[in-house]
Amino acid sequence: MQNLRQIPSLMGKPQPHLAGEPILALRDVSARYNGRFALQDISFDLIAGEQVAVVGPNGAGKSTLFKVIAGVLPSSGGEVTVAGSGPGKHICIAYVPQRSQVDWTFPVDVADVVMMGRIGRLGLFRRPKRLDWDYVHQSLAVVGMSEFAERQIGELSGGQQQRVFIARALAQEAELMLMDEPLTGLDVRSQEDIFAVLDELRARGVTVMIATHDLNLAAERFDRVMLLNGRLLGFGRSETVFTSERLLSAYGGHIRMLDTGDGTLIVNDTCCDP
Amino acid sequence: MPNLLNFFLEPLSYPFMVRGMAAAVIVGIVCALVGSYVILRGMAFFGDALAHAILPGVAIGYLISGAASASLFWWGLVTAILTAVGIGAISKGAQLKEDTAIGIVFAGMFALGIALISTMRSYTVDLVHLLFGNVLGVTTASLLLTAVFGGLVVLIIIAFYKEFLVISFDPVLAETLRLPTEALRYLLLMLIAVTIVVSLQTVGVALMLAMLVTPAATAYLLTRRLPTMMAVAALIGAISGVVGLYLSYYISIASGAAIVLVCTGIFLVVALFAPQRGWVWRMRPA
Repeated sequence: MQNLRQIPSLMGKPQPHLAGEPILALRDVSARYNGRFALQDISFDLIAGEQVAVVGPNGAGKSTLFKVIAGVLPSSGGEVTVAGSGPGKHICIAYVPQRSQVDWTFPVDVADVVMMGRIGRLGLFRRPKRLDWDYVHQSLAVVGMSEFAERQIGELSGGQQQRVFIARALAQEAELMLMDEPLTGLDVRSQEDIFAVLDELRARGVTVMIATHDLNLAAERFDRVMLLNGRLLGFGRSETVFTSERLLSAYGGHIRMLDTGDGTLIVNDTCCDP
Repeated sequence: MPNLLNFFLEPLSYPFMVRGMAAAVIVGIVCALVGSYVILRGMAFFGDALAHAILPGVAIGYLISGAASASLFWWGLVTAILTAVGIGAISKGAQLKEDTAIGIVFAGMFALGIALISTMRSYTVDLVHLLFGNVLGVTTASLLLTAVFGGLVVLIIIAFYKEFLVISFDPVLAETLRLPTEALRYLLLMLIAVTIVVSLQTVGVALMLAMLVTPAATAYLLTRRLPTMMAVAALIGAISGVVGLYLSYYISIASGAAIVLVCTGIFLVVALFAPQRGWVWRMRPA
């Protein structure tokens, strides 16, 4: 991970599109998934460069929220604006999929996957140029995966796979990255590698939203936390959002809370994490 | 060595063998390239269904203008493209599961094709040719059509390589890159349709799936990047065509079946002995 410190000259701090506009704003956004409402009346703003953890039980609409923000799923009401305009025209929004959603047996190597991030900028019938390869190699350097460029993606560990997809988002020159459970199923060391990459993204001013089941990490490592269960149950600093009433209303019985006597709560989403 | 040389040259002294050989090589290459996407996207059933569903279209061409005519090609092409787009639309908004919908369309169309052909006097011969191919009956005109449309498919596969790669590997990324994903998906369906029509005379409706799936699957076991996988698949497809026709000539078996059996034989050898992914490799004690 020592490559992480070298800041590539090519990818400077991304410029905001419209001065003074929040990088992301949702107003009363609702969305259906398989016919039922997965999201209802969601409103919030994100400040450029902040890192937000989105928590909520399974089926809370975290993935749906990300896909609506990315302009991949239509909303059934309300308005999403990214840097002042609708998401459908931006290629600066990257959706980093859950590892379980990726076909790891597909015949592509690490560099191929990262190059896919460039395709939106290349245009039809154009082959990657020197500049595009520079982006690919520098993105891999940022996530500390340079030496794995020619590995088939199925040969990587979970944490390495996750970093490859973050490199792809970097190659895409994304200013808003939506990461769907990047920490799930990783050991502590691999999680720390991801956090090192997140620090690098912070230095570059990239705005990050992460869906996670780990409430402790959400509380400790992110600027703000968002508690979601179909509706937005809280958004702000973890001390104000992670109250027992709010957590109980989000999770019902699927959460463990311990009063340790000195007032701290240890909370644990009993859903999926190892 | 005159005997060995003669072994290879003698069949080529017949113009129909040369035309058949050329058609088999083109079909082997085109099917393998398109088939690479078919296996990576899990569309084998779609490919098989589409091949069978063009039978009524081809049968109508048969009834109107006879067996050898190139008009069979055009009838097949129109039917294939309509069916491909139809299935594509069904799988978008239907109440039924996609494979159920495909199964209904496929079996119904196939039955219609057989019903139409059964009205002909030379029913059995014609049906056998359509089902299993008649590569040795390829005329110069239909060889030309095969070459032109096969070449077109290859050019489009190369031109849209990176777009097809992204919509196959990660459709959500394709959306966030604002690629025209729906148009690309239909283009790919149409390429499969054209490929099937191009291959109709060589391997026939019933064996089409083998040409789409087997060389690509064999190459998948041997390679780890899509460009090499496609190149190896094309090579296997072309070799199968040539070797299959020699087999057909010397031991007098049906040409389409011979080509497919060679493909299958290569696949079995590779599945057993391929480094890392072969059965023997995985069985050896660690």
